[in-house]
Amino acid sequence: MVSKSLSEKLAILADAAKYDASCASSGGERRNSRDGKGLGSTTGAGICHAWAPDGRCISLLKILLTNFCIYDCAYCINRASSGVERARFTVEEVVTLTLEFYRRNYIEGLFLSSGIIRSPDDTMAEMVRVARTLREREQFRGYIHLKTIPDAAPDLLAEAGKWADRLSINVELPTETWLSKLAPEKSVRTIHGAMAEVKARGEAAKDRTARGTRAPRFAPAGQSTQMIIGADPASDGEILHRSARLYGEYALRRVYYSAFSPIPDASKMLPLVRPPLVREHRLYQADWLMRNYGFAAPEIAAPGKNLDLEIDPKLAWALANRQHFPLDVNRAPREMLLRVPGIGPRSVERILKARRYRTLRYEDLAAIGCVIRHAEPFITLPGWSPRGLPDDANLRARFAPPPEQLSLF
Amino acid sequence: MQIVLPRIGTVAAWRAEARRLAAAGVAPETVIWSVGGAAPDLFATAPPVAASSVTLTLPRAAVDGLETALMHAEPERFARAYALVLRLARRQVRWGDRSDPMMRRVLDQEKAVRRDIHKMHAFVRFREVTPPGANRRAFAAWFEPDHHIVEAAAPFFARRFGDMDWLIATPTLTARFECGEMQISETTESKPPPADATEHLWRVYFANIFNPARLMVQAMQSNMPRKYWKNLPEADLIPDLIRSAPARVMAMQEAEARAPDPRLQKRMRAIAAQRSKG
Repeated sequence: MVSKSLSEKLAILADAAKYDASCASSGGERRNSRDGKGLGSTTGAGICHAWAPDGRCISLLKILLTNFCIYDCAYCINRASSGVERARFTVEEVVTLTLEFYRRNYIEGLFLSSGIIRSPDDTMAEMVRVARTLREREQFRGYIHLKTIPDAAPDLLAEAGKWADRLSINVELPTETWLSKLAPEKSVRTIHGAMAEVKARGEAAKDRTARGTRAPRFAPAGQSTQMIIGADPASDGEILHRSARLYGEYALRRVYYSAFSPIPDASKMLPLVRPPLVREHRLYQADWLMRNYGFAAPEIAAPGKNLDLEIDPKLAWALANRQHFPLDVNRAPREMLLRVPGIGPRSVERILKARRYRTLRYEDLAAIGCVIRHAEPFITLPGWSPRGLPDDANLRARFAPPPEQLSLF
Repeated sequence: MQIVLPRIGTVAAWRAEARRLAAAGVAPETVIWSVGGAAPDLFATAPPVAASSVTLTLPRAAVDGLETALMHAEPERFARAYALVLRLARRQVRWGDRSDPMMRRVLDQEKAVRRDIHKMHAFVRFREVTPPGANRRAFAAWFEPDHHIVEAAAPFFARRFGDMDWLIATPTLTARFECGEMQISETTESKPPPADATEHLWRVYFANIFNPARLMVQAMQSNMPRKYWKNLPEADLIPDLIRSAPARVMAMQEAEARAPDPRLQKRMRAIAAQRSKG
């Protein structure tokens, strides 16, 4: 077999990594290399250095160490039974690519994932070696995200957290039944066990002991996970319930949703239809409402129910709960203002601040940044009253687009 | 009265001038502001109309916001900012009150400048220009911002690329970082540096991380507007990636799934057996 060039390997192992949705490089500690003794910085916010024509940001060099894999997860392009072309980077190759891309300001850092070769421990050890080489030998101070392997030994996980900013463990599918059906080698128990371990080590690293000593540094940007949407029959209600549990029990920073998209050489068990991108988008909106607007999962979608694809979940909630509206913008508390469609957290802050000085009028709302068309039926303030609008049975029709506009293609 | 601000350190100079003019009670409509070697205005010799003296004490957020807005390319910004600081100091308007048209204009300009700085941090692309035998690696970039942001955007690169020398040239100013020292000067050479070999690998990465089944051109363009494309080494791949996407997806849907390799199946069974034992 002729060995592949670096460029050929990069093509295969970037292609294999593109089904991981996360590219976040935010959160965690701030570092820089102004001292001249290293390379890189993290600002806490993360920067998108490019966008691909799929509308997704490119922030990290997102690659697999290898796409050889002994597991056979039906939804995965790299599963053992797939006929996809295989390649494997050496540790040095990944280190060089990361540094050379970073020096040219293409990326914020590395997001390294891998197929399982030989054993989970062997694979995890090699990923840790990449991170350690970057940090120790190369004094790299940019962002590192390692996708950890749930079955790997705890001391490997501890070392991964020492070098990485963020760790992630994918839950893969929303329900346990389908995980065992489509990913026979994976188990929910192992995945949750590893998440609990990451959470505990992360908390220990932030605490001081009674003597003032600190536990070793551990993934300051926390952990995240990913769920594949549309490969199994789970409802949005089930998905959001699962996410709420993950946020609550394992202190995840983010749950990513990845619409199952047709992959080359797919398994026959799966639907090779267009990825449900609108559904994915609505789930992200619902997730956002849980994290930033104070909504609970069952308020957005009851168990067994799906999100409305035509209107966003916040609007859907307001339409279903009209008894709370119209709301007096000059008096309503923060948590209720956050529930008005067309008014986001930033607008709420501006409203609360402006209210201290004067009474807000209808004309002020546009300047504050509210989406008037969405907010109008749900609010009242000097210069505006919705009159019969909130009770209008046809209110939904005002917002739902005609069906043919739904496609994102 | 005419005030000519320097090309480098423009905002700091404006601040000093604004303080001086306010203390002397100079009315905003009598000041003509310009940057660099502008020809003297013939009507600018008239003595300023004295008004009451104003001491400028502003909240921190107002100072930061104004200084950012002053990097905007629009020529009227200096006069507007001076008029606004006088109104702020006399408490005729509150910083952040978007119902005031002048205030709102400044806040919008501040936002535009912040976005421009962010895009510069994102879209500068370095190319290696290390001279043979040098002990520090050297990189250079050419970038075209919308506003006068080089001085504000450059410290980010100094914090990030501390162990290498770099230079970012723009049509007006050039930021240079050599052996840990940063310098801003006027640009003398308006030419992008030559491409380097790593650019090819970056293009390979860009083409392969793209998922053709999720084509969303609008989302890409709103975040990476076309005006930046000419200085991005990966951008000329975009039209072809878009054009070929539907055919690639069709091919994936039509391809028959293969049966697993029998040797692999055997190996997987062995692994599964081992795992259930352990």
